[in-house]
Amino acid sequence: MKNLLDRRKFLKGGLASGVLASVLGTGKKASAEHSFEGYPDSMGVLVDLSKCIGCRTCEAACNKEQELPAPDKPFDDMSVFDEIRHGQKRRTSEKAYTVVNRYDVPGHDGPVFRKFQCNHCNEPGCLSSCFVNAYTKTPEGAVIYNEKVCVGCRTCMIACPFYVPAYQYSSPINPVIKKCKMCYDTRLKFGRPPACVEACPQEVMTFGKRRDLIKLGHERIQGNPGKYIDHIYGEKEVGGTAWMYLSSVPFSEVGFNTELGDQPIINYVKEFLTVVPMVLTIWPALFTGFHLLARRKENQKTTTPSDRNA
Amino acid sequence: MKRYVAQGYDLPFLKNAATGGDKKWSIKEKLLLGLTPGQYLAQFVRNPFNWLFLLIFMAGLPILIGRFYYGLGWATHGSYDYPWGLFLGWGLFVMVPLSASGFMLGTTVEVFGRDDFKPIERLALLNGLLGYLFAVIFLQVDLGQPWRLIYPMFVSLGPAAVLFLVAWHVATYLSVQVAELLPALAEWGNWPGLKKFIRSMILGLTISGIILSTLHQGALGALFTYAPGKVHPLWYSAPFQWFYFFCSSIFAGLSMLIVVSTLCKRFLSWRCDRRFLDNLDQQTMGLAKGAVLALVTYLAIKIIAIAHAENWGYLVTGWGAYYLLEISVGVLVPIVLYTKALRNNLPGLARFAALITVFGIALNRINTALVAFNWNLYQEIPHWREVIISITVYTLYIVTYRFILYRLPILYQIKVKS
Repeated sequence: MKNLLDRRKFLKGGLASGVLASVLGTGKKASAEHSFEGYPDSMGVLVDLSKCIGCRTCEAACNKEQELPAPDKPFDDMSVFDEIRHGQKRRTSEKAYTVVNRYDVPGHDGPVFRKFQCNHCNEPGCLSSCFVNAYTKTPEGAVIYNEKVCVGCRTCMIACPFYVPAYQYSSPINPVIKKCKMCYDTRLKFGRPPACVEACPQEVMTFGKRRDLIKLGHERIQGNPGKYIDHIYGEKEVGGTAWMYLSSVPFSEVGFNTELGDQPIINYVKEFLTVVPMVLTIWPALFTGFHLLARRKENQKTTTPSDRNA
Repeated sequence: MKRYVAQGYDLPFLKNAATGGDKKWSIKEKLLLGLTPGQYLAQFVRNPFNWLFLLIFMAGLPILIGRFYYGLGWATHGSYDYPWGLFLGWGLFVMVPLSASGFMLGTTVEVFGRDDFKPIERLALLNGLLGYLFAVIFLQVDLGQPWRLIYPMFVSLGPAAVLFLVAWHVATYLSVQVAELLPALAEWGNWPGLKKFIRSMILGLTISGIILSTLHQGALGALFTYAPGKVHPLWYSAPFQWFYFFCSSIFAGLSMLIVVSTLCKRFLSWRCDRRFLDNLDQQTMGLAKGAVLALVTYLAIKIIAIAHAENWGYLVTGWGAYYLLEISVGVLVPIVLYTKALRNNLPGLARFAALITVFGIALNRINTALVAFNWNLYQEIPHWREVIISITVYTLYIVTYRFILYRLPILYQIKVKS
């Protein structure tokens, strides 16, 4: 009788945990197996660093378009290029979605300027790490963010290989992430290039379909032998980005991280994500099995420890 | 309290337990330990720890409130480069592994049928529950918009994210732990029906506890797999990160349980019954045995991971030296001490080893989340307000812990007439 009762209890317990597991298991699944090449007709921007003269017009255009607060120093103040914080040059912030930095590259004639903003990855780390799905990669190519659902965990900042998302630490009531949205709602959606691209007097940036830009970039490299480094930064980095760069000096000399690899960030996490369904399905059976084994021995003995079912 | 016991004062429940009586306890007995308000206040004032706690709260609570009034930027050194600081580095990544004791002992007793660990099971469950609860409170302090905590559950779901899994599992596991501890509450409140109901599903609860714990302990590690290149390669491993965190949570939880039970024996002996005190040495050795097995496994997987990623070269750098220090203090020394304690049956040494292990696990989590994070940028030092808030919330944890240990039958048994 005792034995029967225990077995029924065991079945009930096993069943309950199995049901619980399957309920919890829904969802955290799939993302594991496919590989995403990017939307076929998504747009992008090719930035030719060799053309940039560091006039900061793009910064001013961005500030105006996105209605950002006035900068600490005016946009014609070139002393910002000398700013160093924590050993780092200027970076994007909640008040500036794009910045230009100056680099003095040994052996290169004159300084090299580099514009920087969100690179709008094909498979964004921010997007894959967000547990409220605040980020969207639009078919047009922009990575946009919905501040209405953001909880403020800041995992996207951990996951972004380019350190782009900027959090409003100063706001106690409604802090959100601020970053370049490729002028999605005001321009890109209507097929127009972002404000910075249009404002540039040097035509540093070319707006177009990402596919075509890659072709254009390689043509430019081939057409000007010796001028460019034979690499389009962003063509393959972390799975490819919408913003890509041509440079006449090594990318590592002008602030690019050249050790990111070609894998999108989500690929590093997949190893764990594949463990999840295994644990969810194998553990209940395994441990109820252990329980059965452990209790079986005891049932054969005639004595029952007084502690049991206490 | 010790003085009252020495004076032969009648503790509620103790007398009751001795006689096996079934009279209902009054509010006075439940909350004031059977003392009059005056007596209770007297013992409260006499305890020097209370003064220390009071001091911490007086300094810390205004700053904690300030964090919500002035924002995170005022209270922390959180920055665009360092989004996470002490609140998560300590409050989440250290607290959660130290609270793995709940599922470890739940498994040992309920699944493996090791009834000899029963005297300490409830302490393990409580340690787990409170650790998780306060990890969530730390998280709430850190979140930009804590009132949106339920968004990942109901409003906007991002199911492919690791943090989604953490959120769901910690929430579910918290309810499981509450359920696992309800019997203690039921005995205290004298509600036998509730206890019977929980007992009927304890195996299911325990096994869901194992699943949830395996996954969210591992998931906390997997959170860092989002940051290849940011976390120093010696602390980073895409395939093994989840296992580092899961495996180390085993010895972290067991060691924390040894530390907490030692504290109970030292400071709360009046509240412990013979069943707890007499079995403690033997149980400590049992826990030590489990901890040392997990430690050895952890060490092995650490070495395999270095070989797997061919990271040997990093070991001879400054970071490598620091890494080796962490491994020595947090893993090698505990292995040696635990082994020595086990071979020569020295519970005291095992307790010391447990303390070192707890320190080592805290070091590892802080290193992964803060020190080795952005290793090629610059080092961030937490803001002093961040430190004070962390100490304040942790003190709140200790006070809550003590409040419950004083009252619920965790360290002692209430004999109920059946």
